[in-house]
Amino acid sequence: MQRVVFPNKILPYILVAPQIVLTIVFFFWPASQALYQSVMRENPFGLKSGFVGLANFSAVLADGSYLNSLQVTVIFSVLTALLSMGLALLLATAADRVVRGQTFYRTLLIWPYAVAPAVAGMLWLFMFNPAMGTFAYILRRNGFYWDPLLNGNHAMVLIVVAAAWKQISYNFLFFVAGLQAIPKSLIEAAAIDGARGTRRFWTIVFPLLAPTTFFLLVVNTVYAFFDTFGIIHSVTGGGPAKATETLVYKVYNDGFVNLNLGSSAAQSVILMAIVVALTAFQFRFVERRVHYG
Amino acid sequence: MIEKRPISNLIGHLMLIVGIIIVVFPIYYTFVASSLTSTEIVRPPMPLAPGGRLAENYGEALAGGVERVVGVSLERLLFNTFVVAIAIAVGKIVISFLSAFAIVFFRFPLRMAFFWMIFITLMLPVEVRILPTYKVIVDLGLIDTYAGLTLPLMASATATFLFRQFFLTVPGELVEAARIDNAGPFRFMRDILLPLSKTNIAALFVILFIYGWTQYLWPLLVTNDSRMNTIIIGLRKMVDFADASTPWNYVMVTAILAIIPPVVVVVLMQRWFVKGLVETEK
Repeated sequence: MQRVVFPNKILPYILVAPQIVLTIVFFFWPASQALYQSVMRENPFGLKSGFVGLANFSAVLADGSYLNSLQVTVIFSVLTALLSMGLALLLATAADRVVRGQTFYRTLLIWPYAVAPAVAGMLWLFMFNPAMGTFAYILRRNGFYWDPLLNGNHAMVLIVVAAAWKQISYNFLFFVAGLQAIPKSLIEAAAIDGARGTRRFWTIVFPLLAPTTFFLLVVNTVYAFFDTFGIIHSVTGGGPAKATETLVYKVYNDGFVNLNLGSSAAQSVILMAIVVALTAFQFRFVERRVHYG
Repeated sequence: MIEKRPISNLIGHLMLIVGIIIVVFPIYYTFVASSLTSTEIVRPPMPLAPGGRLAENYGEALAGGVERVVGVSLERLLFNTFVVAIAIAVGKIVISFLSAFAIVFFRFPLRMAFFWMIFITLMLPVEVRILPTYKVIVDLGLIDTYAGLTLPLMASATATFLFRQFFLTVPGELVEAARIDNAGPFRFMRDILLPLSKTNIAALFVILFIYGWTQYLWPLLVTNDSRMNTIIIGLRKMVDFADASTPWNYVMVTAILAIIPPVVVVVLMQRWFVKGLVETEK
């Protein structure tokens, strides 16, 4: 806390005003509207709405398509996080090992961070679209019937690859920072005790990377939950047959396409609860990381 | 280096080269496609070396080729995206800097209440409250305006939080010295705080520019008029696999132009970008 401050009385209010106004107008007001609508239901003509208590929530949670989309989201997040973090960790250990050219490699590896998720999805779709993609053509010629437009599993693979590709840069940079923070003396001590490279990695480096790994796991989950709307909207549109409809996509679809306001609002509230839980989880962890360091 | 092991070093280089191929290939593939004719693109396998239509494709796409497809010129799409990305980055930095300044260097009633109001927004991305936020924009008449595209995305706490953390490390002696020298709060902000925050501002700028450039859901909702689209929404509208008349060469040109500016920003400002990324997310 700053001990020395300025004595002005009015000025601080003027300084915080822009942010507070934006926060109230675009955050507190809409969030309270979502809460309000989640306990209301409009009649079929949209003229009147009445209080229905938690009926929207129980309807959403009992809805098979909602549970399906929850399952899709969890599978999608886990696969994306594992694939992206696995590749990034491999590349980060490699970058830690090479003597020259680290900056050169890093410069090329950070590119996908700057590519919009929707564009990342389209790039992979260009390569793997059954009609014109070169790789879809190669797969087909080798007897593999590849069609992400009809086969739900293929569609899932495609969006997982696109989402993981986009996230490699981010995970790579954090793993490199994590590896650099490990004291060299520990690794040297292990080397003197005769531990070889692989053994040193699994017994010393990997456990010491645990805080970074854990942090990235939370960040990647949040990314897969919320930031991948663009990928899904531009690659699969939630299809085929809802095989790639994630929770955020469903909120959008029910609210803007099916115009089911009560249900969409209830889903928003559930999503808010998920984000709050994930963030609280992350903050607890950040506290822990401070003690580690 | 623990041991001198040239083979391990070599394997490291090989892995990194494979990694770079994976990472850069989709972009290279699209770049190659942007130098071919539309018929060459849709007839797999596509050649993997650039074709001869590079200049023609880019020239035609810019000179009305894209406009005939989606009703808005490529320059306009690029311009809109630049406006949105810069407005979000600059707007967020300015309002966050001011509010963090007020919260750290003044004592006033409701100070902590304001801090928590801002802090709570860290948690909720726009994606989870799209419908009610959309309704606010409609009620305010901000559909199809730059204000509607950018203002809701400025209301978030990350930058405020970062500035607050940094301001707390500024030694109290500096503030004391400024006050003894009779400098008011604005003088202190301009002559001491701003120069000290330069690297933080640069780092935030890169992160927020990318954030603004890559927005998708929000621009999709608040623009009905195609002249207000960002380049990513424009690109999405051009891509239609079912339509045989989709001009794929223009699509590829648009994709490359949607990718290049943020990549250039990240690569040129790499040092601040890495610092900003690793520090803001802590």
